[in-house]
Amino acid sequence: MRFQLTEDQKALRGGMRELLARRFDGAALRAAAEEPRLDRALWRELGAAGFFALRVPEADGGVGLGLPEAVLVFEEAGRALLPGPLVATHLAAGTVPGAATGEAVVTDVDSGGLVEWLSEADVVRGDATAAVSLRSVDPLTPLHRIPGAGGGPGRAGPACDPGTGAGQESSVRLPETGVGQESSERLSATGPSPTPGSSSAAAPGSSSLTALDSRSAAAPGSSSVEGAGSSSAAVGGSSAAAVSGSAFVGAPGSRSATAAGSSSGEAAGSPSAAAAGRSSETAPGRYSAAAQGRSSTTASGRFSTTDPARGPSPSGLPVSRSLHVSDPVAVLLTAAEQLGTATRVCELAVQHAGAREQFGQPIGAFQAVKHLCAQMLVRAETARAAVYAAAVTADPVDVAAARLLADDAAERGARDCLQVHGGMGFTWECEVQLHLKRAWVRARRAGGGAESEELLAVDLLA
Amino acid sequence: MDLAYTPEEEEFRARLREWLAKALPTLPPKPSPQDWPGRRTYDLGWQRMLYDAGYAHVHWDASPTTRLIFLEETEAAGAPYVGAGFVGLLHAGPTIAAEGTAEQRERWLTPILRGEEVWCQGFSEPDAGSDLAALRTRACRDGDDYVVTGSKIWTSHAEVADWCELLVRTDPAAPKHRGITWLAMPMSSPGVEVRPLRTLAGSAEFAEVFLDEVRVPVANRVGEENDGWRVTMVTLSFERGTAFVGEVVACRRVLGELARTARENGRWDDPVLRRRLGRLNAEFRALWRLTQWNVSEAEASGGVPGVGGSVFKLRYSHARQELYDAAADVLGPDGLDLDRPWVLDRLSSLSYTIAAGTSQIQRNIVAERILGLPKGR
Repeated sequence: MRFQLTEDQKALRGGMRELLARRFDGAALRAAAEEPRLDRALWRELGAAGFFALRVPEADGGVGLGLPEAVLVFEEAGRALLPGPLVATHLAAGTVPGAATGEAVVTDVDSGGLVEWLSEADVVRGDATAAVSLRSVDPLTPLHRIPGAGGGPGRAGPACDPGTGAGQESSVRLPETGVGQESSERLSATGPSPTPGSSSAAAPGSSSLTALDSRSAAAPGSSSVEGAGSSSAAVGGSSAAAVSGSAFVGAPGSRSATAAGSSSGEAAGSPSAAAAGRSSETAPGRYSAAAQGRSSTTASGRFSTTDPARGPSPSGLPVSRSLHVSDPVAVLLTAAEQLGTATRVCELAVQHAGAREQFGQPIGAFQAVKHLCAQMLVRAETARAAVYAAAVTADPVDVAAARLLADDAAERGARDCLQVHGGMGFTWECEVQLHLKRAWVRARRAGGGAESEELLAVDLLA
Repeated sequence: MDLAYTPEEEEFRARLREWLAKALPTLPPKPSPQDWPGRRTYDLGWQRMLYDAGYAHVHWDASPTTRLIFLEETEAAGAPYVGAGFVGLLHAGPTIAAEGTAEQRERWLTPILRGEEVWCQGFSEPDAGSDLAALRTRACRDGDDYVVTGSKIWTSHAEVADWCELLVRTDPAAPKHRGITWLAMPMSSPGVEVRPLRTLAGSAEFAEVFLDEVRVPVANRVGEENDGWRVTMVTLSFERGTAFVGEVVACRRVLGELARTARENGRWDDPVLRRRLGRLNAEFRALWRLTQWNVSEAEASGGVPGVGGSVFKLRYSHARQELYDAAADVLGPDGLDLDRPWVLDRLSSLSYTIAAGTSQIQRNIVAERILGLPKGR
């Protein structure tokens, strides 16, 4: 068992750190925080370095590496607070033209109802027509929100009100307690959405991603929801499948059925029924131009990619709605970014605690301060073991665990780091605030940690 | 970065599994927790079975990965843990192996491996806990003997032990770390008195040991006089390597049982509790990965467990307490009934953030030795 990094992996990580030190140093970070603007030249440089095409097979022009390597470069990106929709663009490499090379900036509609960098993106995956801008807490991440999506205070609840879909010609049946029901309750949207875009508002207060049928994608201004058609994965997919002992790998669901194709090489384990029905995604050659051929320029001038797998599902249901099942690869790469933050804030805290003197000694000599630092390391290193292991196994349950540990390590680490910095930590100039805010944004992805907690709970019954 | 075992390791696992399947049914019934002589016989009997099957050395000279597999498989199969053999196999034995003379190794190691002699530990004192080097039990040279007077505390298995690995002060004038000596003391020596200590769980899991002019032969000293602190540190770092492998496996099993119990009694429908169990699943999965990470690192560094053990212990001891707190919530009112499963475990979990280096001491170790922060107070 050689869990540690190989020499090649260390070199890859070192190369990424070097690139970022050169192209995105402290001054660039502070400048970016003043004016959130995507550095296109840097984006292309990342593309040239293989950041986006890292997991695309060599035969398709990619780097041909795996999840462990992707996790390492995303950890570095997180550590440096590199701005931009990194995960979405990485997942789009190989299917969305220009993503792999960094020519295109790709964002997506997160299952939690947030869209990062919408105004700067060339391609939006998911239906962002109803998106409204919000004044982002994180100066490095412009955010839009899809009204009604992602849920409100009860966003985490797997059990949304079955009545919310009424009147939208879509019926949603949900298990009463959400998960843990061994019966195969599934979400399904029967029938087409009456009007394009309306389905995005179909379930106010529900935490589901918009369900669209294939027709709505053709409507001007709308873009397709990848992952529609994977409905049977949905909540029932994650919970019921996990109960029966099979993972939901291969049914990545909500965010990106297409992107899921690009990840399924690593994530493919036991194909679930849902995935089996979507053979076109998991078939070899998934990086083909299928998506490109279907891209069209919408009224807004953006590409709208359609999912080749969409359309009638094997069960005959026209479309489905996917809920609470996030692409494990997206979740894991976000966790890797959080790990980068967790590691970085520990370093910053230790530096400060070793240099700052009060009462005639470095404050790090006081146990009250040094114990904060020790706990930061404990959280970061435990999260590291979980994140790296999930990168090796690509098991969605491991990914869910990694996500919870990494979110915790990043958020609490940044908070403790701020505390160690005292008054300076509360200032705009101090880098720590940027880590904390970014950690908050990342922790919101995929609807927060509730989905992961539920998946892990159900796993216990397996 | 991978988690694959070598073919040799997989073969070791398969052979061990096969042996366990045959050996475990031949074990006698487990004695009651209060039956100390019975526990001694049972634990030593198990050690003898391991010895006869060729597994007795695993704790000492197997590779870290092999040890990991051994602990994982024995726990998964429901085999006994080291029990009364703990100090001999995991503290005193490795110390003697590393620091003892050929004669000392010959005298003490084989009986430990064969399950013939039980050791206990005489380190902590009423006034020397976290500050172990402040210990005051005095040993004065008198001819070929040391004459030892003082008291030790938190000594597990003292009632049934044959030997005690004892730290004594031989030079009160020297700086505190430099005047300590390591002795092997026969528990049958005149002047040794054992008084059991009752824990908050109601049972007598360890004892106080009072020493009144106990004569210990100089030949029983391991290492040089006044070099006992260094000799001891060899032992202590050993403890934090793979010490909790079996327990993590066991905790994950308990967590599964908790979930099923919650399903049966309806508590599963409470999303707060359900997600808390989900989070604990994440926690113990991560602890297992951290164990693998530490083992892999020990493997790469030639078998020496690093400071990663402190990181692990901090996280694990807290997680174990959370696990049994969650168990109490799953049980509801039954969580207050000592006759229900997990209730006693909840009580004993309280010792985990204290024993073998409190969490506060562990944080000092992490902050000073890993993060390089200055010492202070």
